Amino acid sequence: MSVADIAFYAFALTTVAGGLFTVLSRNPVHSVLWLILAFLSSAGLFVLLGAEFIAMLLMIVYVGAVAVLFLFVVMMLDIDFAALKAEMARYMPLALLIGVIILIQLAMAYGAWHTSDGFQTRLAAPIDGSVENTAALGLLIYDKYLILFQLAGLILLVAMIGAIVLTLRHRQNIKRQDILAQMFRDPAKAMELKDVKPGQGL
Amino acid sequence: MISQDLQIVLPEIFLAIFAMVTLVGAVYTGKDKTASLLTWVTAAVFVILGLLIAVNGEGTRVAFDGMYVDDAFSRFAKVVILFSAAAVLAMSQEYMSRRGLLRFEYPVLVSLSVVGMMVMVSAGDLMALYMGLELQSLALYVIASLRRDSVKSTEAGLKYFVLGALSSGLLLYGASLTYGFAGTTLFSGIIEATGHDISIGLLFGLVFMFAGFAFKVSAAPFHMWTPDVYEGSPTPVTAFFATAPKVAAMGLFARVAFDAFGGTVGDWQQIISLIALLSMYVGAIAAIGQRNIKRLMAYSSIAHMGFALMGLAAGTVAGVEAMLIYMAIYVTMNIGTFAFILSMEKDGQPMMDISSLNMLSRKEPAKAWALLFLMFSLAGVPPFIGFFGKFGVFRAAVDSGLFWLVVLGGIASVIGAFYYLRIVFFMFFGKENDGLDVKMNPVLWVALMGSAAVVLVGAANLFGIVPAAAAAAQALVN
Repeated sequence: MSVADIAFYAFALTTVAGGLFTVLSRNPVHSVLWLILAFLSSAGLFVLLGAEFIAMLLMIVYVGAVAVLFLFVVMMLDIDFAALKAEMARYMPLALLIGVIILIQLAMAYGAWHTSDGFQTRLAAPIDGSVENTAALGLLIYDKYLILFQLAGLILLVAMIGAIVLTLRHRQNIKRQDILAQMFRDPAKAMELKDVKPGQGL
Repeated sequence: MISQDLQIVLPEIFLAIFAMVTLVGAVYTGKDKTASLLTWVTAAVFVILGLLIAVNGEGTRVAFDGMYVDDAFSRFAKVVILFSAAAVLAMSQEYMSRRGLLRFEYPVLVSLSVVGMMVMVSAGDLMALYMGLELQSLALYVIASLRRDSVKSTEAGLKYFVLGALSSGLLLYGASLTYGFAGTTLFSGIIEATGHDISIGLLFGLVFMFAGFAFKVSAAPFHMWTPDVYEGSPTPVTAFFATAPKVAAMGLFARVAFDAFGGTVGDWQQIISLIALLSMYVGAIAAIGQRNIKRLMAYSSIAHMGFALMGLAAGTVAGVEAMLIYMAIYVTMNIGTFAFILSMEKDGQPMMDISSLNMLSRKEPAKAWALLFLMFSLAGVPPFIGFFGKFGVFRAAVDSGLFWLVVLGGIASVIGAFYYLRIVFFMFFGKENDGLDVKMNPVLWVALMGSAAVVLVGAANLFGIVPAAAAAAQALVN
């Protein structure tokens, strides 16, 4: 057994264990931490596959951003997980039944699985060992799949507009600081001295 | 090479740039004060773009190694999408600005979703298909909850989003199985890999993808979201949901069925036949109990999708032609009907209960007669064009041997006629009550009367869309 094999089994076991405890642990914060472990070890699996770019992406995007965001959401939102679980338990038998049926069907499908004739010749991007991952991805994304990349950009733009449309509120009738107005304020106009005679008032 | 490719996708590029320019322009100038103007300009741009596509396009051209296809089929669908989106935008301007809903993002989001729809009907690749679908859906989720102070509107948006994400997941899973079998995401490669004999793994991929599409066209048994989303969304948005996205999703359905799985028509024919049958009956029977006209139109759209899918189930050139004509007719009728629904108000408040239509004919005979034409046409009563739409899909289905489907579809059509005729009954013979406000926005009036005139006069020659639809079907099925 080579070092790579040992590393593979170690990473694979950790991934499965992480995924299992994500679902099983009672404390949602622990769930997120287990999820991070699963992400990390699958990044290791990607390195073993020779896909170092995706491994780094997984670390930076999923562990660095998404999982931390999850943690914040779990800690900041006041979600009653016990009530959610009780609700879920009611539908559990039906869900399990459907899940098992679909699983059996898919197992049957994979049992009879075969790829089409001429599969190799049709592969869109056969892996070329001499080009590095990052460079190869760059060539595909910015050249062959240019239109898809641009469309993905448009989708993100829609997400951004949507977030602003649905959450931003311009509140009326509140006073905001206007620095220019403060600077150009003229004491002569803002104040008026009145000579009040005693006993008369204004 | 790239310049040729870009030339082929020019309409989409133009519309995307237009959306971004208007977005930035509105942010840096009057913000929501520019919204009315932007809505009109966007509608005008849609119309111009639709005319240009209708006049200029010819032949079949592919771009980006086959990922994007510009043929008669995609042009037909794009023209219908652009014109219906323009009509809905024009109809929504007054309604939304009166209720403080018209924000400048609304026309921008509609433009971006139209870009997505145009990509959907032109997709020649599983990835392009998915990109177009998500661009369209994401913009729709946002405008569904545009009235963010209302619980129903936010519920509509959230429900649409969660169920839409689920259906996208199904679709992606099917796409990955298909890719795993064929080794390519290009439709041309998939059809070459499939041959005429479908393997069990690919069949799973096909079923998952079709389930995703059935959700997007709101066909039973994937229709559950439709009534709630239609009821909760602001009415102009509902009108939009009921027109352009349906055409786009149906176009995508047909594109995948023929371009990618055209070799195995027999395998998907039974799936689509069943979906069509269920949709027709769910739409016809479940609508009977509905008193809210927006929910009623939701079930009506489910039933109509069933009839349109019957054309697709035929699996022939005539079937696709009938489906395209059916969709064009359906969109026309829905624009007219929603123009009326947008004007259903009492003391400035929207009234969605159908009993508020009581004795409309006495107060406003013109509107009542226009709505009568539309309802008869939706029910499929001759001599209105709805009848010719149904007749076309029935004939195509009979020609390809789906006689049982046609008989059952005819029965569903008769059951469905009940609730359309009940609206007519309320208008002409209902009980006396206060009724609705009389005033109607001129744009809505024009849309209602124009659409009513079209359903009546169109029976003569369907305004010459038949040759265009035939060319489109010929381009798709070959």
